[in-house]
Amino acid sequence: MATAPTRQDQPVEDVVAATDAPWVTIVWNDPVNLMSYVTLIFQRVLGHPRPRAEALMLDVHHKGRATVSVGTRDAMEADVAKLQAAGLWATMAQDR
Amino acid sequence: MRPFRRHRGRYTATFEAGEVAVLSDLLDQVRHLLAQRRAQAAGTADPLAVMTGMVTGPSDAPDDPALARLLPDFHRDDPVLSAGLRVLREPGIVAGKDAAAVAVLDSLPRGGGTVHLSAELAESWIAALNDIRLSMGVRLGITEDDREPPGVGDDPDGPAAAAYHVYRWLSAVQDSLVGVMLA
Repeated sequence: MATAPTRQDQPVEDVVAATDAPWVTIVWNDPVNLMSYVTLIFQRVLGHPRPRAEALMLDVHHKGRATVSVGTRDAMEADVAKLQAAGLWATMAQDR
Repeated sequence: MRPFRRHRGRYTATFEAGEVAVLSDLLDQVRHLLAQRRAQAAGTADPLAVMTGMVTGPSDAPDDPALARLLPDFHRDDPVLSAGLRVLREPGIVAGKDAAAVAVLDSLPRGGGTVHLSAELAESWIAALNDIRLSMGVRLGITEDDREPPGVGDDPDGPAAAAYHVYRWLSAVQDSLVGVMLA
């Protein structure tokens, strides 16, 4: 016997969607880090190709911040730790 | 200093004795800052974590602004998440920064001379130079790119002007090495 779908399913999906929302790593502009250095770190730590690394560096420089990677919470935690180890001002956030 | 260049798979540059002395003194200062933080962490360690041999850090951000810049929060507006991740992650970050400083100290030619850096050692150099510049930037009050910080112009022979001069030199050394690493 099949039952008709009910509206009660909706909130459950919303909860799942919220916890599944991807996390992001954000790098913030600061007056000390050299543009060349930030580009190199984006290549080394995040594996971005040079053009992407340069574009992200310029975003940080001109807009004050850039989202440099997207993924699971654990992956972003690891990226933030590596970027901070290199001296970049990196934080993580859930992308809602 | 003769700028960095790539030679037979190594990065080489030549430093005067005085430059090596300044660099090693600044690396010692960064190590001292990191050691202070570790001592503070030892004072607040969770006894259960100590028993299990886990190395954990403090949950609060450092009071010292230079240390706070070297060890920022993991999240801008979630203090609980930041505290939890700091406890777990900070000891590793501190250890990495200290190891980079030690690697550079070990590679410096006392009395001046040429350094020959492997790819791995070059990574330590750019990270350690960056940590020196970050902490000096905080002490000097550098808030804008390529802009002289307050107080430097007032007394061209004063300590702030001397420190800013060193800061600019470190920027040139780091940029020179990063430039050949990117090439």
